[in-house]
Amino acid sequence: MEHTQLQQIARTVRQDIIRQVYCAGSGHPGGSLSAADLLTALYFSEMRIDPAMPDMAGRDRFVLSKGHAAPALYACLAERGYFPKEELVTLRKSGSRLQGHPSMKMLPGVEMSTGSLGQGISAAVGMALAGRLDGDSGRVYTLLGDGELQEGIVWEAAMAAGHYKLDNLCAIVDHNGLQIDGRNEDVMNVMPIAEKFAVFGWNVLEIDGHDFEQILDALEMARKCKGMPTVIVAETVKGKGVSFMEGQAGWHGKAPNEEQAKQAMAELGGEL
Amino acid sequence: MAEKIATRASYGKALVELGAEDPNIVVLDADLSGSTQTKKFADVYPDRFFNAGIAEANMMGMAAGLAVSGKTVFASSFAMFASGRAYEIIRNSIAYTGANVKICATHAGVTVGEDGASHQCVEDLSLMRTIPGMTVLNPADDVSARALIKAAAAYKGPVYIRLGRAAVPVIYEEGKPFEIGKALRVREGKDAAILATGIMVNEALQAANMLAAEGIECRVVDVHTIKPLDREEVIAAAKDCGCIVTAEEHSVIGGLGSAVAETVCKEAPCRMAMVGVQDTFGQSGKPAELMEQYGLTAADIVKAVKSCL
Repeated sequence: MEHTQLQQIARTVRQDIIRQVYCAGSGHPGGSLSAADLLTALYFSEMRIDPAMPDMAGRDRFVLSKGHAAPALYACLAERGYFPKEELVTLRKSGSRLQGHPSMKMLPGVEMSTGSLGQGISAAVGMALAGRLDGDSGRVYTLLGDGELQEGIVWEAAMAAGHYKLDNLCAIVDHNGLQIDGRNEDVMNVMPIAEKFAVFGWNVLEIDGHDFEQILDALEMARKCKGMPTVIVAETVKGKGVSFMEGQAGWHGKAPNEEQAKQAMAELGGEL
Repeated sequence: MAEKIATRASYGKALVELGAEDPNIVVLDADLSGSTQTKKFADVYPDRFFNAGIAEANMMGMAAGLAVSGKTVFASSFAMFASGRAYEIIRNSIAYTGANVKICATHAGVTVGEDGASHQCVEDLSLMRTIPGMTVLNPADDVSARALIKAAAAYKGPVYIRLGRAAVPVIYEEGKPFEIGKALRVREGKDAAILATGIMVNEALQAANMLAAEGIECRVVDVHTIKPLDREEVIAAAKDCGCIVTAEEHSVIGGLGSAVAETVCKEAPCRMAMVGVQDTFGQSGKPAELMEQYGLTAADIVKAVKSCL
């Protein structure tokens, strides 16, 4: 797929993120917007998946370790055809399959229930081990937040992935620099991220997480890397695409009001 | 004198048999494979054994990932670290997803002995029982442990199985059938019912003998499944005997006693007494000394029955 097409899909994904969070009246726009390009690349270019057969043998699997970016995941799954797009506006509502954080028991295409930070990458390590045991060619992808790296289990999982040389595993860090209480470096410094993963035995790639050429190149390099897992540390902007949300920790977990949602949609080339 | 076997040894043996029967079984441990006996499996099936290192939280996360990919996973550590350290991963990654993981937690209770309070988990039944969809098993001896571990392997979904460090008497004859959720009446009696779980079943049988000598006939029930609790058998005990004494090598808060009380108070209120650890931490000592110190002997059950009559 051409990069311009991916950019167009990512714009739609961002519009759907705003629409979902606005309709829900709560949710996490900032970290969903920062991850939109990464998820678009995975779901519309990189991963071998079939929405008609969500349980297809040998498929690639994606685990949203930063489960609060659920609106970004749901937007991609709906756009890809896993469920009707009309359902997106039910996010966080009673009776909806679109839980505040993803539930694999409820929604096709969700490979792992997540939301409690750090657990997604741990499950992804287990999935990669299972894939190796079965001689399954499917790859396992997981997306983490940078604040999430403060969870101890992330490094337990990173150690295990390095130890077992899981080259069918690719972690991506959505490095937007911000978390609920502010900047990572003020709350609890997570830097240097690349060096930490490197000493845990990972192949490390550093890219601009909003540049499709770099994202797709990195995913290809990850696929070709043998004997170790790969982590892609993607520099991103929290709230990317909506001027008043960009770089603002305050938009981590807050829904826009009607006026803000309209402005955001206009900036993204859409309508509320 | 009955033969004594630790239920963790039963686990090691059952795992090797299960490994031969089912190539889909995978075993995880957190650097305690010699103690938990998963090493027995690892020695025969090294490709299907993964050591997580001293990282119980990640072990449970990996177990979830393996299970949602179709594996039947056995994950082991000491009860303290399996149920305590990794509690939230068990809740969110294993139970919430309905993952087919069997958490086989050894070294439960005060009979861990000399290691002391940090390693003596008397809260695990309580912790695991509160998790929706979790099956909780606590076998009494070698025969029931092996039977229940195999039943757990055949069952689809998360199961917590409590196992011990110390060798305990074999109560049942080889091959006796055990069914998850079906308590086993091991002695008849109408004066009082002793509902016991785990290694306390043996103490309960001894207590029943002591009481019989005084003309008090007790029913003894092995409640090997804490959840789902065998409601019918509990209600029958309340109605037939009029009083129930529960016995567990676990805190009296949240374990078997609480589960039984929750049931009888709604469906068949009766007098009750609970034998268990009284809201306190353990300490170092020999298992038998600690059983005495924490009020977990047959004599303590006798006292509790008399207080309840």
